[in-house]
Amino acid sequence: MSKLLAPGDGLRDWWDSLSRVPKWGFGVLLFGALALLPLYTPPFLDTPGISFGGTMAQFAMVAIIAIGLNVVVGQAGLLDLGYVGFYAVGAYTVALLTSPNSPWNKMSATGPFSAPWAWLSCVPLAMAITALAGLILGIPTLRLRGDYLAIVTLGFGEIIRLMADNLSDITNGPRGLSQVAFPRLGESEKLPEGVFSNGNSSGHANYGTWWFWLGLVLIVAILLLVGNLERSRVGRAWVAIREDEDAAEVMGVNTFRFKLWAFVMGAAIGGLSGALYAGQVQYVAPPSFNIINSMLFLCAVVLGGQGNKLGVIFGAFVIVYLPNRLLGVHFLGINMGDLKYLFFGLALVVMMIFRPEGLFPARARLLAYGKAAREWLRTPPVEKESAA
Amino acid sequence: MIHECMEHGAQYACLAANINFNLEGLRIGFWQLTIDGLAWGAIYALVAVGYTLVFGVLRLINFAHSEIFMLGMFGAYFALDIILGFTPSGNAYNKGIALTVLYLGIAMLFAMLVSGSAAVGLEFIAYRPLRRRGARSLTFLITAIGASFVMQEFVHFILPHLIKGYGGSNAQQPIILVQPKTQFHVFNATVSNVTILIVIAALILAILTDFAINRTKFGRGIRAVAQDPTTATLMGVSRERIITTTFLIGGLLAGAAALLYTLKVPQGIIYSGGFLLGIKAFSAAVLGGIGNLRGALLGGLLLGIMENYGQAVFGTQWRDVVAFVLLVLVLLFRPTGILGESLGKARA
Repeated sequence: MSKLLAPGDGLRDWWDSLSRVPKWGFGVLLFGALALLPLYTPPFLDTPGISFGGTMAQFAMVAIIAIGLNVVVGQAGLLDLGYVGFYAVGAYTVALLTSPNSPWNKMSATGPFSAPWAWLSCVPLAMAITALAGLILGIPTLRLRGDYLAIVTLGFGEIIRLMADNLSDITNGPRGLSQVAFPRLGESEKLPEGVFSNGNSSGHANYGTWWFWLGLVLIVAILLLVGNLERSRVGRAWVAIREDEDAAEVMGVNTFRFKLWAFVMGAAIGGLSGALYAGQVQYVAPPSFNIINSMLFLCAVVLGGQGNKLGVIFGAFVIVYLPNRLLGVHFLGINMGDLKYLFFGLALVVMMIFRPEGLFPARARLLAYGKAAREWLRTPPVEKESAA
Repeated sequence: MIHECMEHGAQYACLAANINFNLEGLRIGFWQLTIDGLAWGAIYALVAVGYTLVFGVLRLINFAHSEIFMLGMFGAYFALDIILGFTPSGNAYNKGIALTVLYLGIAMLFAMLVSGSAAVGLEFIAYRPLRRRGARSLTFLITAIGASFVMQEFVHFILPHLIKGYGGSNAQQPIILVQPKTQFHVFNATVSNVTILIVIAALILAILTDFAINRTKFGRGIRAVAQDPTTATLMGVSRERIITTTFLIGGLLAGAAALLYTLKVPQGIIYSGGFLLGIKAFSAAVLGGIGNLRGALLGGLLLGIMENYGQAVFGTQWRDVVAFVLLVLVLLFRPTGILGESLGKARA
């Protein structure tokens, strides 16, 4: 473990020392405070020139992606550079099923999806189809390792985007699919399409804020799911594969199956985020799924700390918040918001040299017996010494 | 088109409408496609050498190599525009063969200088500290991605403030020194002066590189480090110096390829212009057998030609997909590539 102090190391020691109940208590308080942030925005946090609620909604989506990518990259150690492809599959599934531009539009008064429930019923479908996409991509590619896997996934991510671009009879090509369905909630005279529609654009509780709240709920659900997986046999297998694939194989871990499992899980979570994106923006077009976004998501995971699911949420916050905060801030005649990729690139290079595990590195834990074993190991063996 | 689909009813018919399967087009245009593919392939081959040499010596995919190439394009443009004083305009200059080749030579040298120094700088700033710390290969790859971002965004946003009219979101105004003109015919295919220029220049550079790696003392050092770094060090080869040289050679060739590329696509000088070409060059390196110099050259030519065939069969918009699919297929079925051997084993 690196001896360098990172922000929050002391905090993490304190957090690790807590038992489960206070952890939950603080967790609920933290998420509650986070949820209230768009309503009572502190002036130093506010993003001038762009809706703070919208920024937070974007953050929630990227956080979900980061958690999903963290399963693949951080837990199982598979470098996936084409993750944006799954995001695209999720978004396009919702858009294809509900956009009037699409030949597969199933949303009508008589069709399978009626307007109020269309988005919600598409979400599990989007996740299932993305998981299937993960399975289809995973089976041939996961026999490769390391750098090769990275390049092949990059190729696949690019192929998905190019298909969205070129199959214009279905995806409407570069023009994209518009008027995607979204949840209808709280419809009133002032907001005829509910609080989630982009007609709800004024004030603090605008549609961005509502999407942020929805995203937060999903984040908590996914965190619970992924946390439980981490502590299970599957999670232990992932860590074993990440640390040494050959050794894991020799010890009887079916590495291919667990790698595939990680890939599919990650894909499904990415698809969920894509479905959120399609619903919030109500418009899906190929440029949103450029490979550079894949790199950006990876950046969130690496910044936050590969393998640490709370760390990567912080990473996602940095990735989304900083560019929006710096938008419109000028320095030497350069718009600082434009320089986001430059900063992130620099951050990646510097980080890899000084703290390759990220800001909040995942700590190697005794996964099997958890906290009890850790404490038992930490207490000095007093009795044995006296006996000797 | 959508309405047409709805009328047909069956959705798979729509899918088919966007993908052709035109073998006749391939048969008719076969020689023309091959010759154009050779010109593309020559460019891929030169860039692929950079990937393959670095991989051979360090087992590292230098993801940022595409940006080294991109900087080379700007270097070539700078040389033509500021040093040689050509003004960017749509019209081609007609200076006669000798003078044109001289100007292009100067531009190429400058592009090589820019790319070579960028590659060595990248090695010094980003990769060397990682090697000192004995980082994992994943760490190297992420650093490469970061460096790639930095170089792209430098050209995108910082360069316009340093040199007026350079970089930014739009491509540079093209400077056309050579107007494409048919020189002669082979099997009904036309061969243009641009193609001749690219293929000959690439051929000379490839032969020089092959000579440098396989026949010189320096090259022996590179092969020794690729084969067994520890033993090479014990035999008095400076590993660090060899690594720097390897990056330098890769950078120089990427710079040369950058100039040739601007001959082929004069309007392609843009900050993001390296990415796609980089991936394709990497595919070429994998196709020929990564770590193998002659493999990279062969793989580049093959990829250029096959991409053209694929484009003829499936339609122009699927050109890039053909390259990616080829990459995936090669990695899945023969990850060692066609020639398969590594740099170290090539010649003892």
